[in-house]
Amino acid sequence: MADTPTSNLAAGRNDPSLDTEGLKRAFHDMLLIRRFEERAGQLYGMGLIGGFCHLYIGQEAVVVGVQMALKEGDKIITSYRDHGQMIAAGMDPRGVMAELTGRATGYSRGKGGSMHMFSREKNFYGGHGIVGAQVALGIGLAFANKYRGTDEVSMTYFGEGASNQGQVYESFNLAALHKLPCVFVIENNRYGMGTSVERSSAASQHLWRNGEPWGIPGKQVDGMDVSAVNAATREAVAYCRAGNGPYLLEMSTYRYRGHSMSDPAKYRQRSEVDEIRQKHDPIDHVRSQLLASGVEEAELKAVEDGIKAVVADATEFAKTSPEPDPAELYTDVLVEA
Amino acid sequence: MATDILMPALSPTMTEGKIARWLKKEGDAVSSGDVIAEIETDKATMEVEAVDEGVLGRILVPEGTEGVAVNAPIAVLVADGESVPEAGGAAQSAAPSVAPEKVEAAAESATSSKPATATVAPSAPEPEKDWGETSEITVREALRDAMALEMRRDPDVFLIGEEVGQYQGAYKVSQGLLDEFGEGRVIDMPITEHGFTGMATGAALTGLRPIVEFMTMNFSMQAIDHIINSAAKTLYMSGGQMGCPIVFRAPNGAASRVGAQHSQCYASWYGHVPGLKVVAPWSAADAKGLLRAAIRDPNPVIVLENEMLYGHKFQCPVDEDFILPIGKAKIERPGKDVTLVGFSISVGTAMAAADILAEQGIDAEVINLRSIRPLDIATIVESVKKTSRLVTVEEGWPFAGIGAEIVMQIIEHAFDWLDAPPVRVAGVDVPMPFAANLEKLALPQPDWVVDAVRKLV
Repeated sequence: MADTPTSNLAAGRNDPSLDTEGLKRAFHDMLLIRRFEERAGQLYGMGLIGGFCHLYIGQEAVVVGVQMALKEGDKIITSYRDHGQMIAAGMDPRGVMAELTGRATGYSRGKGGSMHMFSREKNFYGGHGIVGAQVALGIGLAFANKYRGTDEVSMTYFGEGASNQGQVYESFNLAALHKLPCVFVIENNRYGMGTSVERSSAASQHLWRNGEPWGIPGKQVDGMDVSAVNAATREAVAYCRAGNGPYLLEMSTYRYRGHSMSDPAKYRQRSEVDEIRQKHDPIDHVRSQLLASGVEEAELKAVEDGIKAVVADATEFAKTSPEPDPAELYTDVLVEA
Repeated sequence: MATDILMPALSPTMTEGKIARWLKKEGDAVSSGDVIAEIETDKATMEVEAVDEGVLGRILVPEGTEGVAVNAPIAVLVADGESVPEAGGAAQSAAPSVAPEKVEAAAESATSSKPATATVAPSAPEPEKDWGETSEITVREALRDAMALEMRRDPDVFLIGEEVGQYQGAYKVSQGLLDEFGEGRVIDMPITEHGFTGMATGAALTGLRPIVEFMTMNFSMQAIDHIINSAAKTLYMSGGQMGCPIVFRAPNGAASRVGAQHSQCYASWYGHVPGLKVVAPWSAADAKGLLRAAIRDPNPVIVLENEMLYGHKFQCPVDEDFILPIGKAKIERPGKDVTLVGFSISVGTAMAAADILAEQGIDAEVINLRSIRPLDIATIVESVKKTSRLVTVEEGWPFAGIGAEIVMQIIEHAFDWLDAPPVRVAGVDVPMPFAANLEKLALPQPDWVVDAVRKLV
């Protein structure tokens, strides 16, 4: 098994929980995503973000737990609900917020928007708006890893809604057939836009078994518990790095907001959302774990203040950045040979 | 510090809404995520959540108010213990820095700073390089040689597709490549075009250079989403960060008696898309030179081959470095009376027509487009300036076809040189029939071109 420099599991412990330092990092990263997304929602309301904007609020434990199990060089690809992945991957909140607002300083220089950002430096391959397309692309990232003879893996995220797309199963077959180092991460937030998983999948209770016909091992994970996510991902990643082929993780999670900003979310009861927020919030959970382990309230408050400043700075950066130069309309269509 | 809570835009098109209900009252503490109000838009009733924490100091717009403009202050949030400013809407920190009108103004200046046409005025074409000695080879051999040469040159190039390896190619184009390069680089795929096209595109985003062979271009329809949405657009969507150096090649157009689903020309389909290059070789030299250029190109390139041409022999330069530029047409036969423009197999149709016309005393110039996108309009313009007459020839359907595009561009760039309206010769506007006689009636024949020319001169 490859060593993971970002490991937060104390060696030899059976307890799958992250240690205190790991929980602190998780608390920070999850809260940063939450505050960033809340601000994005606000800027959308102010008309500074236009078009589609899919917030990650509620699902933070998934990307943070996964990210903490990765090493430098591992590749990440996801759908249009991508702000969380980008921030977890270490992309600059300034560049992300500037892209959300369509500014020249954004990751895609204002030409991608909320759904289409990329960072070669952080091995983040987008940001894809066609539901399920990132799964076939994701096995391509894994293919490239194998072709080049590295032990890097491809983390390929998709929702439970996308898991009904035909190309997902084509990708399962290809990844298993060619033993590609790909971890398929189903973020099961229970609703594909307004359709519940029960109404969309005949396998709604066990999506983690969807790779079984191809011999792809799978696991259902409490996606609201960052330690559980981290432990399961470490296992999956180790399996892939060892050359065994793909692995499937079903993260049981929940999005608090609508599918996109313009979704009134009338397909579910407010009480369902409140119940999860109050009893299963991934950030509250880590906060109480940290307090129980003796971390002072003041320390967490300082983390929150720091995040507030980072988000405020990103917002100010975005608001004060110029829009792209009109000449940018015509650039980046083709690479000049 | 007091902060205004503004009327939010809750959809991409909302400009105003109604405050249906306040769920918090003045003096209530709120934390981020709490639902504070319900707003009715033209489409739905939406909940508004607090973003900051504090105390709802003052409600500025009472519930039931209709027509509240987006971005108007609707309440004031204060820190716990802080007093509420007297004048409502005093807090400025949350106000947007860019008014929507300014955004629109900028967009207008962007469009007005560029001419309305999408095409660029052509400059005079350059003469073609002389590659010296040639030998006779088939188009099939030319394509295989191009792949072998490029695979020897660059270890990042690999071939992927159905039956490309052990079977040696469904049309034997990849014959021998598995033996030379092994199954790590000549990779057989199951019948799963959507999946393997996405996989190859993902690999290309990391910088590898896949050659994707479809058994026929018709099957690329299973994968067209990846070709257009994933391969062609990612460079633009990433602000130039992430290119996609990939080749999609397959026999295109009609073969012989294979029916409607296997007989279609995709030149117009793929030629439509910015972010793609599209080439359509006719001769063996075209095939070898253009495929090598396609493999080296840092962009996604569609190579429209033709099954009927695979076995045809042509003279082809033997020079190890032989390559052709993408975007340059070739004058296959110079003439002065009429310009015939074709690509792929239609170049042969035009050449045959030119022979017949010569017997009738009409000297036709035949242009082999080689590239569909970018289109070498300069070469066609120069030719039309000389001949003043234009006939386009293609197997594809006429509606929104390549002929339509060429004719429009000639009207834009060389209208005053025309002595007669341009004519399109194209495949008949029906799905391809199976019966031999009907199939022949559906595809452009040399005498169709001759008839078209006879009406012009």
